[in-house]
Amino acid sequence: MNPIRTPLSAEHEKVGGRMVNFSGFWMPVQYTSIVEEAKTVRSKAGLFDLCHMGRVRIHGKDALSRVERMATCDVSTLKVGAIRYGMLTREDGTIIDDILVYREPETIFLCINAGNRNRDLAWLNANCAGTDARVEDLSESLAMIAIQGPRSVEVVRKLAKDDPGSIKYYGFFRTRFAGIDDVMVSRTGYTGEDGFEFYFEASQAPRVWNELLAAGKEFGVTPIGLGARDTLRLEAGMPLYGHEIDDTTTPFEAGLMWAVKKSFAFIGGDAIRECAERGVHRRLIGFTCADKRVPRAGYAILDGEAVTGDVRSGTFSPTLGKNIGTAYVGLASLEAGRPLALDLRGQRAPIEITPLPFYRRTR
Amino acid sequence: MIPTNCRYLESHEWARQDGDLIVVGITDFAVKHLTDLVFIDLPEVGETIERGTRFGEIESVKAVSDLNSPVSGEIVEVNSELADNLDRVASDPFGAGWMIKVRPSASNTFDGLLDAAAYQKVTESEG
Repeated sequence: MNPIRTPLSAEHEKVGGRMVNFSGFWMPVQYTSIVEEAKTVRSKAGLFDLCHMGRVRIHGKDALSRVERMATCDVSTLKVGAIRYGMLTREDGTIIDDILVYREPETIFLCINAGNRNRDLAWLNANCAGTDARVEDLSESLAMIAIQGPRSVEVVRKLAKDDPGSIKYYGFFRTRFAGIDDVMVSRTGYTGEDGFEFYFEASQAPRVWNELLAAGKEFGVTPIGLGARDTLRLEAGMPLYGHEIDDTTTPFEAGLMWAVKKSFAFIGGDAIRECAERGVHRRLIGFTCADKRVPRAGYAILDGEAVTGDVRSGTFSPTLGKNIGTAYVGLASLEAGRPLALDLRGQRAPIEITPLPFYRRTR
Repeated sequence: MIPTNCRYLESHEWARQDGDLIVVGITDFAVKHLTDLVFIDLPEVGETIERGTRFGEIESVKAVSDLNSPVSGEIVEVNSELADNLDRVASDPFGAGWMIKVRPSASNTFDGLLDAAAYQKVTESEG
């Protein structure tokens, strides 16, 4: 099947972005170099096409209570204009997707992953059936663009009617932006930097993209591909569905209990509580590796001669200047404190367990 | 410009006659597509290699790629300085970024390899 073109695919092609099929979408993996693009975001700011991600609004008087029932995070205590990270989990506590929950005055807005969009929608619909909650898929009618990096607020200020500096981290507002009314602007992102994400009518995407590029020119803003996006999120210790979390992992193993409400009153809550009380046999770790070769998903983690885990993500970290990765590792190996190694395509390379995130910006 | 004094594989390795020997490396097109090189693994002097088979690997932040030999023969020299100076491959792929020198086992060494014009077409089709 041909990948779906986003409202911005043509813009990426125009400037020579290297395009790939990512979760069924025709997306830029890089424009110049993953390392250069990641450095741009850490030192200046960069633009991201996020049109591939799923966008959903839930309407009706039961919207809040239904999302509260499905999401691991606390939704009822969320103030209007605030956002929370959470997950959708099954009865057995395994993760369907990780999501952002936006509390709107009358409705709940969700940002979900591209690759999980269809099954998320099915799950949301099934769990709203028979209630006064209606799921609206806005993935195609709304575009999504992010700007990330220390200069973001200055760039956004040039184009926004209201001051973006007034938005708190994980907050959002609606304002006139780049000549378009009623753009949703949230102070969120997937890089560990300050930054904003914009949601607006899909047909306006090329215009907003180019206005942001023009406004950002004086600050050195450039477009950023998926390769650097993955590097940046991994440095920031943020999970990626299909890697740190998937159909077989629970929030407990993944170290995401901070995104689980204490009441455990949601679908999968009982299983996750039990998991937390009983303990598990593996845990997600961060590691660094001095070898020049990049750790990659699927490589084995060795405890002596035995395989004790597997790498979930790995990259060269331009910010740290060394290779980093995440892995699930057997608890027995971790508790024994034995030295662990990476199987780098047949060669052994020692790893050092490193607390996540690898990078935290100074505010 | 693609050097006309080299012959090419579709997998973006070049071969160039140097006296009795054949010098082998990867093209600037390959370098541009790999970007962010981090690691190279080259064979030992004395090993024999076959045309079209793997003689080493080069790794970028994005992916690991095989290095394929355009010629058959015995490896008589390896550019061992590349391991710590991968930027030479990036900045001068047809010169200081050479990888191995091979004493060819046959006289018709370049038969079946692409000339510059044919290789240019390969790069154009791959964008």
